[in-house]
Amino acid sequence: MRFAYYPGCSLEATGRAYEESTSALAKPLGLDLKELDDWNCCGATSYMSVRELLSYSISARNLCLAQKQGLDIVAPCSACFTILRKTDHYLQEMPELRRKVESVLGAAGLSYTPGSVRVRHLLEVMTGNGGLGKIRDLVRNPLKTLKVAPYYGCQIVRPRVDFDDPEYPMVLDRVIEAIGAQAVYYPVKSRCCGASLMASNEPAAIRLCKNLLLCAQQNEADCIITVCPLCQMNLDAFQNKVNLKYGTRFNIPVLYFTQLVGLALGMPAGAVGIGREIVPAASLLGRYADTPTAPASVAHA
Amino acid sequence: MVDQRDIVLEAGAKHDFIDELLAVPGGEAIRDCIQCGTCSGSCPVSYFMDNTPRKLFAMIRAGLRDRVLESASLWLCTSCYTCTLRCPRQIAVTDIIYALKRLAMKEGKGAGAAKAVALASSFVAVVDRRGRNYEPELLIRYYLKTNPAAFVNQAGLGMKLLGRGRFPLKGEKIHGLDQIRTIIAKSHEIGGL
Repeated sequence: MRFAYYPGCSLEATGRAYEESTSALAKPLGLDLKELDDWNCCGATSYMSVRELLSYSISARNLCLAQKQGLDIVAPCSACFTILRKTDHYLQEMPELRRKVESVLGAAGLSYTPGSVRVRHLLEVMTGNGGLGKIRDLVRNPLKTLKVAPYYGCQIVRPRVDFDDPEYPMVLDRVIEAIGAQAVYYPVKSRCCGASLMASNEPAAIRLCKNLLLCAQQNEADCIITVCPLCQMNLDAFQNKVNLKYGTRFNIPVLYFTQLVGLALGMPAGAVGIGREIVPAASLLGRYADTPTAPASVAHA
Repeated sequence: MVDQRDIVLEAGAKHDFIDELLAVPGGEAIRDCIQCGTCSGSCPVSYFMDNTPRKLFAMIRAGLRDRVLESASLWLCTSCYTCTLRCPRQIAVTDIIYALKRLAMKEGKGAGAAKAVALASSFVAVVDRRGRNYEPELLIRYYLKTNPAAFVNQAGLGMKLLGRGRFPLKGEKIHGLDQIRTIIAKSHEIGGL
């Protein structure tokens, strides 16, 4: 299936491993991801805190570009996903807002017909429409005995989506099972990581990350997987700060779901961006990458 | 603690503030709030708030405009949408918090959460200039506005990210910056919150 791929700003920087693993997986999973030409920032939460009309309008510019190409949008970042999707929904539901946004876009020589572009998350298109079965069939290197905490975060499932439950989603758990690993009980799976509070109110964000890491540790997860670059950044890059603040000794690699899927499909670790994480995953995953027939002696206990 | 100034009878309350918020998408639902506290109980950061969402809604209805807009709690909202999902009266709490942030920003009432305000305005400045966010520029702008010393504290992490190829030295600019500029100008002209 062909989509307008909307990587979002983080995937060019801190989320680069997500970009690499997504690109590596697209072809084998039958997804034709054509980068949306000249896409701009979705606006994130910051824009909405400053100006409403402007926020919807710059978000809608991306919808205009996708409509021109006649393609639905796929976003790997949960924030981009929720904002672009919300923009399309609100333009459909709120005539007053639509009229204003139309007028702003018109001034820039753009137009958008609300409802004409469907905005979807990468997890949704990789698993839906038989995708999960395809992943299962392509596994060459099952990640046996690996215990994984499935972390969804907030914006992939809220306020509401049609592909999973907004409180207790399960799709990612199914992905973990499909690649031969074990999804641990993770009741905080859709709780917040603190997002940009990590910059503006560090104690609050550190506390939220502590809760997420603690739950993973208590349920004996070897690693956490995420579907969002900001979740990955907070849990990975600030794990050491959590340890300093709370006297914990967390050492839990935090990876993108696409990285584990790539490994299970037999891709080399470097091809799916493993090594870019701050809490190293290499020793945990070394026995899976490039060594499909690892001797029992090095198998993880 | 409740002090005398907190007691406002519904009949005597000023309704200007609610009326102001009616223009926000979903704003009319503020009147439906039954003060059940589901929002505050669900909020992952209510632990850190001076005024939890339930209390903010009571204050809005009491017409305590300045105290709502000056509340640092607004800037703790991460937009996780748990309150919006769970509200038994289908109030789009997150959208209303956004509207309150915008009002506070417009009127310079975000002093209680200066860092969050600086982060939002730095982000907007970067996107307005490039069409995209460029994380290194965002952080430099943000730390210069707030606490340059903190930037030095983060240098170690910055180097680690740099070493792992997660901190590009050059940011992108989109080709359609003219369109972005026109969008900004036009939306300021039409106005609205």
